[in-house]
Amino acid sequence: MKTKRKGVSYAKWGYIFIIPFFLIFFIFSMIPMVDTVRYSFFEYYRSGIKEIGPNFIGIENYKSLLDSDMIKYAGNTLIMWIIGFVPQIVIALLLASWFADVRLKIRGERFFKAVIYLPNLIMASAFAMLFFTMFSTNGPVNSILMSLGWIKSPIDFMGSVLGTRSLVGFMNFLMWFGNTTIMLMAAIMGISTDIFEASDLDGCNSIQRFFYITLPMIRPILAYTLITSIIGGLQMFDVPQILTNGKGNPDRTSMTLIMFLNSHLKSKNYGMAGALSVFLFIISGILCFVAYRITNDSDPDGSKAAAKRKKKEERKRRK
Amino acid sequence: MKKKIVSTLLVAAMVAGTLTGCGSKNNSETGNTATGDAKDGATETAVASDGDEGKVINIYSWNDEFRTRVEAVYPEVEETSKDGTVTTLKDGTEIHWIVNPNQDGVYQQKLDEALLQQADAPADEKIDIFLSETDYVNKYTDADADVAIPLTDLGIDPDTDLANQYSFTKVVASDANGVQRGSTWQCCPGVLAYRRDIAREVFGTDDPAAIGEKTKDWDAMKTTAEELKAKGYYTFSSYADTFRLYGNSIANSWVQPGETTVTVDPKIMDWVDDSKEWLDAGYLDKTVKGQFNDDWNKAMGSSSKVFSFLLPAWGIDFVLKPNWDGADGEWAVTTPPQEYNWGGSYVHACTGTDNPEHVKEIILAVTADEDNLLKISKDYSDFTNTQSGMQQAATDASFASEFLGGQNPFEYFAPVAEGIQMAPLSAYDQGCVELIQNAFSDYFQGDVDYDKAKENFEIAIKERYPEITEVKWPE
Repeated sequence: MKTKRKGVSYAKWGYIFIIPFFLIFFIFSMIPMVDTVRYSFFEYYRSGIKEIGPNFIGIENYKSLLDSDMIKYAGNTLIMWIIGFVPQIVIALLLASWFADVRLKIRGERFFKAVIYLPNLIMASAFAMLFFTMFSTNGPVNSILMSLGWIKSPIDFMGSVLGTRSLVGFMNFLMWFGNTTIMLMAAIMGISTDIFEASDLDGCNSIQRFFYITLPMIRPILAYTLITSIIGGLQMFDVPQILTNGKGNPDRTSMTLIMFLNSHLKSKNYGMAGALSVFLFIISGILCFVAYRITNDSDPDGSKAAAKRKKKEERKRRK
Repeated sequence: MKKKIVSTLLVAAMVAGTLTGCGSKNNSETGNTATGDAKDGATETAVASDGDEGKVINIYSWNDEFRTRVEAVYPEVEETSKDGTVTTLKDGTEIHWIVNPNQDGVYQQKLDEALLQQADAPADEKIDIFLSETDYVNKYTDADADVAIPLTDLGIDPDTDLANQYSFTKVVASDANGVQRGSTWQCCPGVLAYRRDIAREVFGTDDPAAIGEKTKDWDAMKTTAEELKAKGYYTFSSYADTFRLYGNSIANSWVQPGETTVTVDPKIMDWVDDSKEWLDAGYLDKTVKGQFNDDWNKAMGSSSKVFSFLLPAWGIDFVLKPNWDGADGEWAVTTPPQEYNWGGSYVHACTGTDNPEHVKEIILAVTADEDNLLKISKDYSDFTNTQSGMQQAATDASFASEFLGGQNPFEYFAPVAEGIQMAPLSAYDQGCVELIQNAFSDYFQGDVDYDKAKENFEIAIKERYPEITEVKWPE
């Protein structure tokens, strides 16, 4: 106890307190992740109750994946994501700007916030079950349409490519637009009211205000929404899985990448599933990077571009 | 200094807490595949010999069917807890029922995990009995896998003790060398169940014998279908309804032992062609796709236009009856166009059991004793696995069913059971049967052409079974 103390540093406690997280992350996320990558180079599956492998086979798994219809499933995933995302972001932007607009003074804002968020609380599988029953050929939707006299014979929603994909997209839209709305509302309310007031004084109408003030100001949050939605979209599986009973009917056109992964896991094919996961990881990495670059302008106020232009002009003048 | 110790302890406690929390969850829920790393030393127990039976019998199944049968006929049963998870026997031994649903292969997944850990599990957690269905019984009776004990090792001689069983059920429960590794109390001959009111309207009679003449083979069936169509009725509900009849008469198994090629039998392609023809001709209801879904269930209701269903005994009791919303006595059964078997639950003694005596007693009581089997037939309308008993039931008026308007269904079940030629099985049957129906359902709906449907089946089957390298189609 005779050592001299040179001031007290509390920094180490910060590290000590985050050790549990990193330890758990390491054991339950890092090791499985590394294992996934490792097994992707092995032949390793179960036949009946006999385990085959693991035998090292190099990049065979990757090769056979590229030979398979993986690209088609990626396309399916993308199409269904777009069908869901476009209306989701449009409606969410519209709702968010209405709710956040102080001059509209919408009453019961909290109530509506809760209501539009509600679909997200329902389990996706329960939601899909519900839709499956409602839109089945002898289901309530068809009976209502028929009794209204709008259609003569029942529509086979889940038997057509468009029908199935639209249903999946519609469900994803319903489930996620509330979440997005609330996030965008927070972003819009974070914009200083001074700017809005100033624009009012300058005689800006509401459409101009939305496009020239609101949208540019919430761009970081929009980027975040886009990125999380892309990642979520890539992992889309619960809704189409339940809706099509894991088969991706019709003609495997609603089979998503994760459903493809799942059908490999039916035979505990860790090798193939691992290879597919690595592909997914790379794809989502690239997509995130692109989305980030598009939306996160490194030159928000145009000053860099202006500086560049100036330089150019200067150079010209000197010549 | 004190502070330091306290906070270090806190951190340690936190880490320990979270770790143990996750650890135990991992073990119980996802089934840790690591072989006994965290297990205590005292786990390995040798299989108990006579008189040294374990205290817990673990039985894996997918519903309470087997439990009700055991309760009904096993004399040692004392009582079952209200939630149905534990049955106590008179000597104090407890039967633990581990039930996982059959849907989406959940039951097999859980069972497989447990079987892989069987060797390391403590005696009271070892599986003692497990059940399997005809669709995947082959996977568990496999001689190399050796998870089901040969009956002779238990002290049951199939030739004498099970002499009265239908022989095809014994073949189904045997491995490739002909060693029987399971036994069943039920036998599932299928019949044709039809609506009496529709029969009266279209044919002027609802007499099972007269209708049986119209449904006795496929040619007669087609003429009947035409008559039904003229009055606006469907013969069957879905193309999947007839699959079992074709699928059960294939000449060679889907995959030959030791091969990695799926061979599609010509019979299956007959089913595809006939189904397409029937569907296009309007004999089947286009809106019903597959079985065990909402549309199929509704097709069994009183407002549906479907004349008949091809169902075994359990199907009439478990499927048709709950879905029928009219009065009793509106259905009857008669001869199907082709003999077939659908389903059947096999009881296996699990390798490593610590209760061999109890297991043997239970298997004998539920699947071999003729009086017990007749009792099951009477109480649960099962068609049970006793040849002489079923012949007796066929002529016994006390087996008449109210639901079938006083008809004795055993009169029609028994001859079918005797005529069943069980198709050779393979461990891949379940996937093949499920996936081929799914692949061609797109073709029936007109979404894809014939070749595309074939291609889709090839993709799907290779996905399900990575070892499959090729699919051979009949010429």
